[in-house]
Amino acid sequence: MSLRVQKPGILTTIQDLGRTGYRQFGVNPGGAMDIAAARIINILLDNDECLATIEMHFPAPQFLFEKTAICAIGGADFGPELDGREIENWRPFLATKGSTLKFTGKNFGHRAYLALRGGFRIEKWLGSAGTNLAAHIGGAGGRKLTAGDSIRFARQARQQVNFYASGAASSVLPFYSRFPTVRFIPGAEFASVRKRSRSLLTKQNFYISNNSNRMGFRLSAEPIISSRRTEIVSSAVTFGTIQLLPDGQLIVLMADHQTTGGYPRIGHVISRDLPLIAQLGPGDKVAFHQIDQLEAERLALEFERELSFFRVGCRFQALEWN
Amino acid sequence: MTSQYPRIFPLGDSALTVEFGSEISKRMNEQAIALSRRFEENIFPGFIESVPAYASTTVFFDIKTVRHHFADTASAFEAVSEIARNLISQPDETAEPPNGLIEIPVSFDAASALDLTAVSDTTGLSPEHIIDTFLERTYRVFMIGFLPGFAYMGEVAKRIAVPRKDSPRLRVPKGSVGIAGRQTGIYSLESPGGWPIIGRTDVDMFTPLAESPSLLKPGDAVRFLRAK
Repeated sequence: MSLRVQKPGILTTIQDLGRTGYRQFGVNPGGAMDIAAARIINILLDNDECLATIEMHFPAPQFLFEKTAICAIGGADFGPELDGREIENWRPFLATKGSTLKFTGKNFGHRAYLALRGGFRIEKWLGSAGTNLAAHIGGAGGRKLTAGDSIRFARQARQQVNFYASGAASSVLPFYSRFPTVRFIPGAEFASVRKRSRSLLTKQNFYISNNSNRMGFRLSAEPIISSRRTEIVSSAVTFGTIQLLPDGQLIVLMADHQTTGGYPRIGHVISRDLPLIAQLGPGDKVAFHQIDQLEAERLALEFERELSFFRVGCRFQALEWN
Repeated sequence: MTSQYPRIFPLGDSALTVEFGSEISKRMNEQAIALSRRFEENIFPGFIESVPAYASTTVFFDIKTVRHHFADTASAFEAVSEIARNLISQPDETAEPPNGLIEIPVSFDAASALDLTAVSDTTGLSPEHIIDTFLERTYRVFMIGFLPGFAYMGEVAKRIAVPRKDSPRLRVPKGSVGIAGRQTGIYSLESPGGWPIIGRTDVDMFTPLAESPSLLKPGDAVRFLRAK
């Protein structure tokens, strides 16, 4: 008995950084949509960044703490409140036994994350605690959380009177926006996109359509024309792959994407910018900016460097809580 | 004639794909499977996993670890490309013994064979003739994808190679055996899907808690039998 789900929210699942090593058997990595948020809140708590978090959509869940825990919330801002007191995103807080966590409104973004110092006690499947909704396994019995579920804590926090924590510096957080420009590198079939369409790709805005979920976001805009619109022989795809559908519309593959695909791969959103697109939902829009492979790698390494400095600071802060 | 293959390209910033061709062929599939196996047998620092497909292998890696260990290359992509080129050029002495033949019993009764009548209308062949034609061949598992444990197999005889349905079914029952062009596959889980269904098997294609969760692996040979 630890964290009791009082209201389940619309889609609340246990997610970590994903399940690797089994794509060759058709098992996709899954994991948090906003990987940066899941990592940062774990680091804030001095956790291993791979520990499971709770991914929430809006309407968001309501939780009762049946034991005391040190927690952090990040990603989308759903207006968290602990016993009626406002909680800041990206700043550890103490939830004492008997307190209730709820979310009051959708201020920004589509996916919020809750992490716990020491993590949750979740049985792993194929090396990950993440929920695979398609295969009905992993996380909490392979399904989304429902009212009455109880998620156990891996370790108990000490009751403390003067809990204090400072939050994450804004420099380490993703530059979220309701209308982000995300960077992509060209994919294998990029060259077959007609010249005028290539400029459309970076000059027009793309709307996230209603048909968007954890598997992928369908975009809506003026069609992209390619000299090669038919399917290709299926091969591996990944989180961020931008596929061109036969009708000229694009789909961006997200965390629960299938392992293989047969639509032309015209680009890939760089890993650094995946959190920006992960916070969008139907009706939001996005623009694309093309960069090269080398720059994408440099940006990924830059983020790792920032996180490593951040981790040192968080470790010091956490010493005070023991 | 110089070939543009094998072709190596980035699949995002943390993976690359080695493509051996652009068609469904046993030879290219063997090359893809062999390269994937070599990656697994010669793990480099930063290697995450390799995924063989019809005519390509994709390798996923951790940029930071690759860059730390291969400081002399301009990028992680270049370092892993170099590793891939070396693995491709190795003589193929580790050819594994051919995989076993896996037999899968299938029911073709009306409740299981949801689209057999439609396939009969499309092809002009009787249901019995379609089933006999389907059972005649041994199929190769080219790759696993789409769903956990879903094997893409081929090649189906031309005269029963029907296209995908115009509008996919929202729920294809688990175990359904479908045809899409010259491919055949078994729905390992209940799922939406557009392949015309000609039968159903009780054999589990995907066992989550087994050490090797997928019954079939790329390169396997499969024969379908009439369920008793």
